[in-house]
Amino acid sequence: MAGSRGGGRFDYLLLDHRMSLRSPLSRALGSGSAKEGTDHWWMQRVTAIALLILGAWFLISLAAQDTYSESDMVAWVASPFNAIMLLLASITLAWHSMLGIQIVIEDYVHGPGLKVVSIILSKFVHVFMGVAAVLAILKVVLGSSA
Amino acid sequence: MSKEERPLSPHLTIYRWPITMTLSILHRITGVALAVGLIAFVFWLEAIAYEAVSYDLISETMRSVIGQFALLGWLFSFFFHLSNGIRHLIWDTGHLFEKRQADLSAWLVLVAAVVLTTCYWIIV
Repeated sequence: MAGSRGGGRFDYLLLDHRMSLRSPLSRALGSGSAKEGTDHWWMQRVTAIALLILGAWFLISLAAQDTYSESDMVAWVASPFNAIMLLLASITLAWHSMLGIQIVIEDYVHGPGLKVVSIILSKFVHVFMGVAAVLAILKVVLGSSA
Repeated sequence: MSKEERPLSPHLTIYRWPITMTLSILHRITGVALAVGLIAFVFWLEAIAYEAVSYDLISETMRSVIGQFALLGWLFSFFFHLSNGIRHLIWDTGHLFEKRQADLSAWLVLVAAVVLTTCYWIIV
């Protein structure tokens, strides 16, 4: 006599309760943050757009130079606007490269240990490159104005 | 369950290689090439800033055949990655996803990268 008991259509509720007493919210909590889930993807786009501008400036500004002797390049780096753009370009380039290489490693390097180690190593190298570039630019800027 | 042979995908040996696949892998290859270029870029900055890193040595290396080849490669990588990057950014807005549009924009990116590289190489 199906149906005579009533409430058959609410069986899924009973089933749900039998499976777990936890609320949907409690089940979702602790499963990782949704807030930063798109951060990598988003920053890759933001740095890409920044590099469109910075990269174009770099090539155009360099092309406008007559010669590329050491003293010319020192003067070029030391000019305030160039220094700002170079600093931004170095940081953005290292950042964008770090994000990109991480994806390549994630795709091709297998084994959980090796994968994580490679990514961390790549990040260290990229941060090192960024800091080295920033210091070199600062040295030229500060050295020439002193 | 029938045992007849069904086409498997991706079956690279019998599939025609579409232009979009070439662009996709080129984007990654040029990206990695530019990451290597980042190291050269930092070396160049160090040479400008510090006496200990010889600017003449880097200058000479870049003027050699291998150096020129590397510079040309980085220049093409830059223009290709930039052009195809714009294509990716347009895709992110949800446009140009049709097959014909993807093929057409692929060729457009290739032509733009080659033209930009050639122009810059000749001018500079």
